[in-house]
Amino acid sequence: MATETFVLPDVGEGLTEADVLSWHVAVGDEVGVNQVVVEVETAKAAVELPCPFDGTVAELFAAEGETVPVGAPLIAVTTAAVEQAAEHSPDDEAPDDEAPDDGAPDDEGSGSVLVGYGTSAARTRRRRRRPASPEPATGRPSRPPATPPVRKMAKELGVDLAEVTYDGDRIRREDVRRHAGTPSAPAASAAAPSAPSAVVEEPGDRRVPITGVRRATAAAVTSSAFTAPHVTEFVTVDVTAMTETVEALRAHRAFEGVRVTPLLLVARALLSAVRHFPDINARWDSEAQEIVHPRAVNLGIAAATPRGLIVPNIKDAAALTLVDLARALAELTTTARAGRTTPEQMSGGTITITNVGVFGVDAATPILNPGEAAILCFGAVRRRPWEYRGEVALREVTELSLSFDHRLVDGELGSRVLARVAAVLADPAGELLLD
Amino acid sequence: METFQLVSPEGVLADDPAAADVDGDLCRGLYRDMVLARRLDAEAYSLQRQGELGLWLQSWGQEAAQVGSIRAIRDTDWVFPSYRDHAAAMCRGIGPEELLAQWRGVRQSGWDPARHRFHLYTLVLAAQLPHAVGYAMGVQRDGADEVVMTYFGDGSSSEGEANEAFNWAVTMAAPVLFFCQNNGWAISTPTSAQYGAPLHRRAAGFGLATQLVDGNDVLAVRAATARAAAAVRAGEGPALIEAVTYRMAGHSTSDDPTRYRSGAELDHWATLDPLERLRRLLDDRGWATPGFVEELETEATELAAEVRRVCRAMPDPDADAMFAHTLAVETRSQAAERAGYAAYTASFVD
Repeated sequence: MATETFVLPDVGEGLTEADVLSWHVAVGDEVGVNQVVVEVETAKAAVELPCPFDGTVAELFAAEGETVPVGAPLIAVTTAAVEQAAEHSPDDEAPDDEAPDDGAPDDEGSGSVLVGYGTSAARTRRRRRRPASPEPATGRPSRPPATPPVRKMAKELGVDLAEVTYDGDRIRREDVRRHAGTPSAPAASAAAPSAPSAVVEEPGDRRVPITGVRRATAAAVTSSAFTAPHVTEFVTVDVTAMTETVEALRAHRAFEGVRVTPLLLVARALLSAVRHFPDINARWDSEAQEIVHPRAVNLGIAAATPRGLIVPNIKDAAALTLVDLARALAELTTTARAGRTTPEQMSGGTITITNVGVFGVDAATPILNPGEAAILCFGAVRRRPWEYRGEVALREVTELSLSFDHRLVDGELGSRVLARVAAVLADPAGELLLD
Repeated sequence: METFQLVSPEGVLADDPAAADVDGDLCRGLYRDMVLARRLDAEAYSLQRQGELGLWLQSWGQEAAQVGSIRAIRDTDWVFPSYRDHAAAMCRGIGPEELLAQWRGVRQSGWDPARHRFHLYTLVLAAQLPHAVGYAMGVQRDGADEVVMTYFGDGSSSEGEANEAFNWAVTMAAPVLFFCQNNGWAISTPTSAQYGAPLHRRAAGFGLATQLVDGNDVLAVRAATARAAAAVRAGEGPALIEAVTYRMAGHSTSDDPTRYRSGAELDHWATLDPLERLRRLLDDRGWATPGFVEELETEATELAAEVRRVCRAMPDPDADAMFAHTLAVETRSQAAERAGYAAYTASFVD
């Protein structure tokens, strides 16, 4: 009979610790070689650890929920010591200590690993160093010796480890509890989380790493929302004439093979507003302390794609004929849905349209695309009872809203722009002829 | 291009001239190769989880692609592998100790490439492809009767080296057989985000003779490789085989595949398992002779024990060794580094 100890290995590349998620065995259970005994979670993954020995579980060294440093004992197994003795000599890898503290500075993370999550800057060394000079007989090391779980516990209990008295080579849980005045808890309660957490995670909750488009969107809206003071205005408008114009354009031979949507007229209306009030097509350059008026109108269209929200723009949209604008819109949408929009197509936008109407929603208070002064939001078109020539009639009605950056756009300019868009959509033929 | 298949997932052998030489001996041999390879792979994975290996990249699921291809060429043909080709390596007589040494971090490399005519694992993606082409040009100049085969994956196929190697091999008419194990995933990148046109179509554009094969069908892989190798050997120029298979494990022991792929996908590929497919054929034809399965299981269990034993028995290298092969003549600064490192290692208590 012999007792073998399985210590927590570095199962990634450069990991320093793991949390015990669940034990699959208890003291007294029979275990076999490569039987999964415990599930741990590292910074990279939840990992099942197979037991290296055959035998009977003698001891579990960590409770569920506890954080164990790499190199610390996990489980002890009493073996028949026949096959194992040949394969494995006891104690040849089981340190008699948890991660020791020699007072030396921690190592930096390795950085270079074969899979992309990277390593943390933390100590990975498992072997004990000789002290650089003999320790004074009476002295304690400047940083009180304690294992990471004990440090964590002390921190949670508000205990300064430097003030804790202890016997032996390091501070233990009992010492911290005694200092804090809490009674020594039975081992089982050590498994319970030591502090209630504000966010309770239920089993089955899903966690998704924040990457790619999600991360880019989050960074963009956060920077925009907290640097540009947003104002949003609304107008409700009878767009029956606009829907008739859309129908007429669809039938027109100039638009043969070209997709015509209400968005085309909204885009055209906004371009008209920019022509009348060019100051809306502007950008706040905080660094230079200047307001920039771009020569061209690069019209951004917020697009929901399988990869997330992106805002490609149509370059120099004001210079396009209505047919070319329709073509550019169709191409932009197709490219975005196919996930082939290039970074170049997403940069340099000067003003944006977002179409929440396609989702059956009436209005929104959109957040500005960073670096732009205004964003127009187009809601759903609905048949509503509406005043028409002195009577109530069923009309096609929609809601428009405009968010603008109040640093450079005042209420007057914002209102005039929104009113101009509404006027064009109420009577596209008339207004655009006079444009 | 239609995927070449000889054995259906249900284990039914097609009535195909390419299957003319298929018999019980052949199938038992291929099955044994695959079972032993999978057992070694699983054991090495466990050893990594027990802290005995620094890293391991599993070949689980790709046994048919590897065994079928390497068993179709001659033992004298040189192979330039990637880093997951354990089943192929074992077929070349490379033992557990040799296979594990690199991943335990005790040696720079595990085996003598010349003895096994199996190059060292290459971890830099696609770097082995130009190596293979260069070696094949040497074979060409020697007038040797050899084919050079190189293994790579779908991720490597996007590397510049891969595309340069395809082009140059065709230009030089080098006797190379490019063997792609398309396992669906380049770490966490699916093939749908890897390329717009499948590799075998792209390869044809370079002028390579190409074949798309079911990589989980060991007999189809073997037949396709044998056919391609014969053509390459006959001087018809280089060829490429794209074997469609699946990486059942993570990219490596440091990777958590549940972060990026679904259990449903894994379940689907489990039904296409290469070992079970051949096992069905063995059972249907009565080729699993009495005692065959039991003896193989015993052999695999013994192999597993040997893998554990040799892994733990590998001595740690002398730290001095890494300085020994750096320069032919040691410089003063290197001597200082060596002395400094020796003092550092001597500073440990245990």
